[in-house]
Amino acid sequence: MSGDNRTIVLIPAFNEEAALPAVLKELAEEAPGLDVLVIDDGSQDRTTAAARKAGALVAELPFNLGVGGALRTGFRFALQEGYDRAVQLDGDGQHDPSEIVHLLAALDAGADMVIGSRFADRDGGYVVGRARGGAMRLLRLVVHALAGRYFTDTSSGFRAFGPDAIRLFSVTFPAEYLSDSVEALLLATYAGLSVEEVPVAMRERAGGIPSTRNLRLAYHYMRLLTVIAFTASRRPATEE
Amino acid sequence: MTWQAHLFASVVAITSLLVIARSLRRRELKASYAVLWLSLGTGMAVLAAFPRLLDWVSLRLGITYGPTTLFLLAISFLVLLAVHYSKELSRLEERTRILAEEVALLRARWDHDTDRT
Repeated sequence: MSGDNRTIVLIPAFNEEAALPAVLKELAEEAPGLDVLVIDDGSQDRTTAAARKAGALVAELPFNLGVGGALRTGFRFALQEGYDRAVQLDGDGQHDPSEIVHLLAALDAGADMVIGSRFADRDGGYVVGRARGGAMRLLRLVVHALAGRYFTDTSSGFRAFGPDAIRLFSVTFPAEYLSDSVEALLLATYAGLSVEEVPVAMRERAGGIPSTRNLRLAYHYMRLLTVIAFTASRRPATEE
Repeated sequence: MTWQAHLFASVVAITSLLVIARSLRRRELKASYAVLWLSLGTGMAVLAAFPRLLDWVSLRLGITYGPTTLFLLAISFLVLLAVHYSKELSRLEERTRILAEEVALLRARWDHDTDRT
């Protein structure tokens, strides 16, 4: 465990054996000196071995907990080991490690949590399908109403967290699919943390399968909106 | 109520009580659940012994058809129980998750330490 600035990169990985080595290699080249923890979320393939071979620390979950559960494991580790900052990076090559410096710079500027947004974009490179785009728009509106401010990319999984966010999320990180991004954003806002957005470029995934298909996606959006509605009614929305 | 129905209800109630008592003796039930099921079994036994009680309660509640009261109570009881189980299940799942996370982290540290030596 080297690295002087106490920053750890958390990579939740579920069956990412194929894409992971390239991601870790690029990470070491583009953002050298950062500690890396791969959380193998109960993969059936050789994700753990691939990550270990590339020199990363690996936390191997005994069964699949979903992205949120894997991330909470990472936050717990960051807290226990005394890291000040954590960066969440996808294991499928979607996120460009060279963008990490921008996220960390925003943390240094005072934010508690930084979201790498595909749409606050410098060159608008990321395109999504119509159904998914519509769902994302709806989420943006709901989040706007509840958080009191506009986020262009509520479901981004490319994020950075400061010490207060790490502490909060090591106990309360929402575990279920989609909740890990949207609900986490709201939780941070309710807890009075400052959340910032930074434009990042994202790529097509290099390997692995997208986590969910249309019908299940619809179900997850419904579940998410219900949960958000009920938790919001428990906590007063923050004033701007 | 015919004597056959009375007998049948009594047999059902007594059997239920016996099954609960047996599970309790074998310590297959947590005490809090045992109390719950014992009160249910007792309730059934009382109703089986005094079927007129149901009619009396129904009258008080303004329900004309006695068995309706029984169904209403039974269904409410089962629904509440299901909700309670959901809660219990969520709690257990959360604990399992935390254990899984801790196991993963312990293993990560152990791997790391053995690598170094």
